[in-house]
Amino acid sequence: MREKGLALIAGLLFGLGLGISQMIDRERVLGFLDIAGNWDPTLAFVMGGAVLVTLISFRFILRRPHPIFSSKFYLPTRNDIDRLLLVGAGLFGIGWGIAGYCPGPAITATVLGIANPFIFLVAMIAGSLTFQAIAPRLASPKSAAPSQPLAK
Amino acid sequence: MEASWIAGLVGGILIGISATVLLAFNGRIAGISGMVNGALTFARAEQWRWWFLGGMLGGGALYEYVLAPQPTPTSTFAPWAMVIGGFIVGFGTRMGNGCTSGHGVCGLGRLSGRSLAAVITFMVTAAITVFITRHVIGL
Repeated sequence: MREKGLALIAGLLFGLGLGISQMIDRERVLGFLDIAGNWDPTLAFVMGGAVLVTLISFRFILRRPHPIFSSKFYLPTRNDIDRLLLVGAGLFGIGWGIAGYCPGPAITATVLGIANPFIFLVAMIAGSLTFQAIAPRLASPKSAAPSQPLAK
Repeated sequence: MEASWIAGLVGGILIGISATVLLAFNGRIAGISGMVNGALTFARAEQWRWWFLGGMLGGGALYEYVLAPQPTPTSTFAPWAMVIGGFIVGFGTRMGNGCTSGHGVCGLGRLSGRSLAAVITFMVTAAITVFITRHVIGL
């Protein structure tokens, strides 16, 4: 239960941050991505502020044997830069550029009472399930062998 | 307008604090695409993800309806862009294991080379896409 309460508080902070930074306004996001237009640097400050905090805090947190409410850290274990990562990230950027939403802002922007974030989220879930359905056929030999030695 | 970078910085720091408390207490990464994918398994062990997503709505509503100096501008721009863009975002984030939060905020914080490669890649393709849609096609 305390994990759920903590998740609620963390979610509140995340949504509040997206609101205050106005990342829930897709024009703000597109204004950052539009380097040939009237460039809006706001997103760089949002990303910079967030990473500044995690760069410092994660160092201290990950030095501890385990998190406060749990017996282990649930961290991605892979370190290799493979084709699925780069193609996936590349596609994500294309979709982000077309819609002006990425997953976080789209979720929080639903409170604005407009249809676009809802349409985006339904399509996003459909895209995610589509990849999940075809993923077994795309798996590279590398990613099919989770037993390979992994650095943290 | 000129104060937008301050609001951006404050908002970004709050997002960083959110990722910090989630990792420090629950040992979890605040990546939103993974949050949604995990929540949609409807597994008991993933129920906490729904609480986080609910919090994201609560935080957004707290800003918009209590704290905001003026309402967030909204546009009803092109639902087709939401369908196409949304689908590609969902497909790509599942394929690449993360989005702006998981690879950006958390991955860079962990000094993950994989996440750095992902962030550079999606920033470049997003900028190219916006250049094409705004300046070549002229949407």
